[in-house]
Amino acid sequence: MWDYTDKVKEHFLNPRNVGDIPDADAVGEVGSLACGDALKLFIKLDDAKERIVNATFQTFGCGSAIASSSALTEMIKGKTLDEALAVTNQEIADFLGGLPEEKMHCSVMGQEALELAIVTYRGGPAPVHSHDHLHGEQEGEVVCKCFGLTDGFLRKVIEQNRLHTAEQVTHFTKAGGACGGCIPKIKDIIAQVLGEQPAVAPKKQEKLTNLRKMQLIQEVLENEVRPQLWADGGDLELVDIAGSIVQIAFRKACAGCHSSGHTAKFVEQKLRDMVSSDIVVEEVEG
Amino acid sequence: MKEIYLDNNATTKVDEAVFEEMRPYLCELYGNPSSMHFFGGQVQKKVDEARKRVAALLGADPSEIIFTACGTESDNTAIRSALETFPEKRHVITTRVEHPAVLTLCRGLTKKGYRVTELGVDGAGRIDLDELRNAIDDDTAIVSVMWANNETGVVFPIEEIGAIVKERGALFHTDAVQAVGKIPLNMAASTVDMLSLSGHKLHAPKGIGILYLRKGTPFRPFLVGGHQERSRRAGTENTAAIIALGKACQTAAEWLEDENTRVLGMRDRLEKELLSIIPHSRINGGGAVRLPNTLSIAFEFVEGEAILLLLSEKGICASSGSACTSGSLEPSHVLRAMGVPFTCAHGSIRFSLSRFTSEDEIDAVIRELPPIILRLRQISPFGRELLKG
Ligand code: FES
Repeated sequence: MWDYTDKVKEHFLNPRNVGDIPDADAVGEVGSLACGDALKLFIKLDDAKERIVNATFQTFGCGSAIASSSALTEMIKGKTLDEALAVTNQEIADFLGGLPEEKMHCSVMGQEALELAIVTYRGGPAPVHSHDHLHGEQEGEVVCKCFGLTDGFLRKVIEQNRLHTAEQVTHFTKAGGACGGCIPKIKDIIAQVLGEQPAVAPKKQEKLTNLRKMQLIQEVLENEVRPQLWADGGDLELVDIAGSIVQIAFRKACAGCHSSGHTAKFVEQKLRDMVSSDIVVEEVEG
Repeated sequence: MKEIYLDNNATTKVDEAVFEEMRPYLCELYGNPSSMHFFGGQVQKKVDEARKRVAALLGADPSEIIFTACGTESDNTAIRSALETFPEKRHVITTRVEHPAVLTLCRGLTKKGYRVTELGVDGAGRIDLDELRNAIDDDTAIVSVMWANNETGVVFPIEEIGAIVKERGALFHTDAVQAVGKIPLNMAASTVDMLSLSGHKLHAPKGIGILYLRKGTPFRPFLVGGHQERSRRAGTENTAAIIALGKACQTAAEWLEDENTRVLGMRDRLEKELLSIIPHSRINGGGAVRLPNTLSIAFEFVEGEAILLLLSEKGICASSGSACTSGSLEPSHVLRAMGVPFTCAHGSIRFSLSRFTSEDEIDAVIRELPPIILRLRQISPFGRELLKG
């Protein structure tokens, strides 16, 4: 069950800098009991109010939440406020030798608390976050009611971590992980963000050999598409691949289902995203 | 480090005697019971014996026992069979605290145009029979209610439920994988039409289960393509595992009293000690009738995965009904259905004992757990306030 690196484990078992700083200069508190994790970060600055001389934390949460908080405090000690602000959640995860993807929200929580602490210290408005139902006005519309997450916050995490599926957004922010009611909206936000990012090197479209392309198509169908269809009692079969034309036949619940036209489109989009943008999916009687 | 295994509701150790019973039927007596020759025939005899042993534990007739691959298969078979038997009936009743094997299937049915009623539970995990009375009607094809809950051990009043179901002419299925071997069952005097059992929950290997099917109950097989199990479940019999399950059921019957005296005593001691040593802890399902082996206990202001990992460092294997271990981000559907307060919903731990559990192991948990909770509360911002206050 330890799907954690040794470093995560070590920081969880021996967390550094637990506690509070009574005369802290900056405090950032995110999360709540209801959400299942929460972090309170304390920062003490040097006399010039420039550099972080001490940082401590208190965390309610799972092993990786505690380890991420511990890592965060170690990382920011000695940094100037600006340097600390530049710390990303990915860097927190990297410091720990990586986190399982479904635990990335722990690193996001660390980064959030840090940003909240510094921004409020500087007298700015609370950042577009978060997580906590308890604090401050939040900019933007609440997208995920279960975890109290705004579109501004989700957008930021999606951009920073280049997320492209709703599942990833759940892993990084928890949004969508409870009732799931917000997943369509999350998908909209992803689509918007992806649309806005002006051709960030439009997915390096390497020239695929035909053989490689076929392999990739099969992999995507096996790993990405069919499991989703199974969940609804459907299935598909790969009938043939001719160049960029992929012929599929639907099975079980999908066969003869009115929405199989949509399903074919969905398959096509997946293959275009993950294999090659010129793919055309054709539905055939198999 | 010797493990202290207190996760028997997840799966159990295969009993040595059970293993010895099945061992010859893998490399030596590997015949197919369907074969005409003597070599298959001797396996057939052992399979028949196993069927009798299973039936004896359940108080059933051997002809009412269908071997399957697991509890999940039995659940799926039972519910789908009922729907196919009564194609005109479009309503299914279950509970909000069922195992996913039932719940996922039922929720999927709503997409196919079925009405599905999920009965709620109160704070102690009990269902309200009036809610069932109000929900059931002539359109109800099947009612599926677990005998005992896997997370809390809460036992449902199966016969009272069955009486209501029978009155309306619906079929009654119960997922009894947690109940079998822990509390006495007697199908001969029961209202249950179909019951699921899983071998690996009672010291048989994984990959074997049964569906009990009351004589005269209409039935449509889930797997077709062979005459095995009197055409009620096609597929070559998992002979060694069937034989193992037979032995496991026979043994379970012998240990049933131990389960309800010694094991119950250990569970109660663990419960009492933890509650008295650890402030702000509570029992999930505390007010209800529960299985003798299960303890679900919630600790305020700490999170379950962290507790499990620290217990695991001490060699203690338990499980949590909380978010982080299951990959889902919410407390378990069972605890949510019970309305466990949010201050402790994330900090629930389940200990499930077995006849192999010893008093020493219980002592170890009583020794190791309190400092773990204290340590996590010292890290938790909410816990610190609590400790200060
Ligand atoms: S609204 Fe986002 S998970 Fe419920």
